[in-house]
Amino acid sequence: MMPAMEGYWNQLRRTRVWKSVFRSGTGTSNLHRSQVVQQSIFLHLLAVKVRKRAISFRVTWYLGTLSTATFAILVITGIPLMLYYHPSAPQAYADMKDLQFVVTAGVFLRNLHRWSAHAMVLLVFAHMFKVFYRGAYRTPREFNWVVGVILLTLTLFLSYTGYLLPWDQLAFWAITVGSNLLSAVPLVGEKVRFLMLGGHTVNANALLRFYVLHCVILPAVAVMFLAIHFWRIRKDGGIHTGELKAAVKEDIPHA
Amino acid sequence: MPEPPRFIATLDSNSRRTPVRIAFLTRRTSPQVKVADDDVVMTWPNGMFRALVAIELLVIALIWLSVLWDAPLEALADPMQTPNPAKAPWYFLGLQELLHYFPPIVAGVLIPGLVVMALVVVPYFNINVEAEGVWTKNRQMRLRVFVVTLFAMIALLLAFKVYAVLAPTLLIGAAMLAAARPHPNRRFAIWLASKPLSYWIVTWFLITASVLTIIGTFFRGPGWAWVWPWEL
Repeated sequence: MMPAMEGYWNQLRRTRVWKSVFRSGTGTSNLHRSQVVQQSIFLHLLAVKVRKRAISFRVTWYLGTLSTATFAILVITGIPLMLYYHPSAPQAYADMKDLQFVVTAGVFLRNLHRWSAHAMVLLVFAHMFKVFYRGAYRTPREFNWVVGVILLTLTLFLSYTGYLLPWDQLAFWAITVGSNLLSAVPLVGEKVRFLMLGGHTVNANALLRFYVLHCVILPAVAVMFLAIHFWRIRKDGGIHTGELKAAVKEDIPHA
Repeated sequence: MPEPPRFIATLDSNSRRTPVRIAFLTRRTSPQVKVADDDVVMTWPNGMFRALVAIELLVIALIWLSVLWDAPLEALADPMQTPNPAKAPWYFLGLQELLHYFPPIVAGVLIPGLVVMALVVVPYFNINVEAEGVWTKNRQMRLRVFVVTLFAMIALLLAFKVYAVLAPTLLIGAAMLAAARPHPNRRFAIWLASKPLSYWIVTWFLITASVLTIIGTFFRGPGWAWVWPWEL
């Protein structure tokens, strides 16, 4: 940043209004840097300090961060998509065509949502395997691993419910194939399937149910578990960086 | 006798480092400090900056993808017209591929249920937490159990003609057997021998799931018959 710009930036951060909003004032001391994290409701789930090794690419490949990022992209693109969408058959399909031919940048919006959704499933799986291979599930992080497994299933359900919404052949038959598997569950399978679809086959009721699950229930539950997941990283001692080699340093200066 | 070192006690206010416990080892000639923790940096800006760069690269990649490739949109949903093959989303195609070999109760309920349960209990088994090489203790007994299990699995997979799972099973089985008799001079063999049982199971699962998903996605055509990707 140019010196003049930096001057304005610092001046802005010294104003009464800025301080009233962000609480942390200006300054580059470690105290001020801690306050940026500590005084923000969103960032305070994180610790103010992090191990130097934990933020190197080698340890995590940033897979958790990137999974969260795809989730954010999906919320950001999903909300405008909701504005152009009616969860009723066959209007839902007509809305897809409108996205294609009528809505400005509608195709781009849908593409970004779809590819980000695939990326999220892939990244979440990769995150799980990476965490396993570096042994980060071990004590005291057991429960956070379990929260992660819950988040994985939520991710799959989010993707699966979204798959039906375009109401084209691909969507309809993919959900039909998937939901038929449920019937194989003994005793309750048929009932659970009926509850999920609102009928015995994939129909307009199923579309509405999947829409509500996809846009309201599952994202809300996912946000809650994400909050627990992040908070537990801090509580369980930060990002696992593996065993320390028993390094012995002569640190104290001799006289 | 050498003169004992004189210390200058200082208070260090460098808050970039966590406080360290120091232990004086009396039998040594010089006091030493054992490093109990890594260096730390501030989350803001050091950690945040890296996260933002990673996210930015991801967003750029996804935007390029969205500009270059359109999301698929087929004809209006029609319950009367079943496409052949009807495929689930890609992350369920491994399961759909299993459905081709096993009855639905096994492929659709038992196997996914067991996988999720196994994932949940992973951190609660001491055998995983200790992370010892699978052959370090009770070698003979474990080898016997392993060989019996391996042959039972091979027989089962042959009986159901599940060659897509058989191949990774043979691969992992061979690697585990190689690890049981490590060559003392080869680094790779020693590395293999240090791997615990959970490592082998998860690696087997990762390879098997990938193989099944790839087959289901690219190698299955009408009637779930084998096709080549360029024939799809």
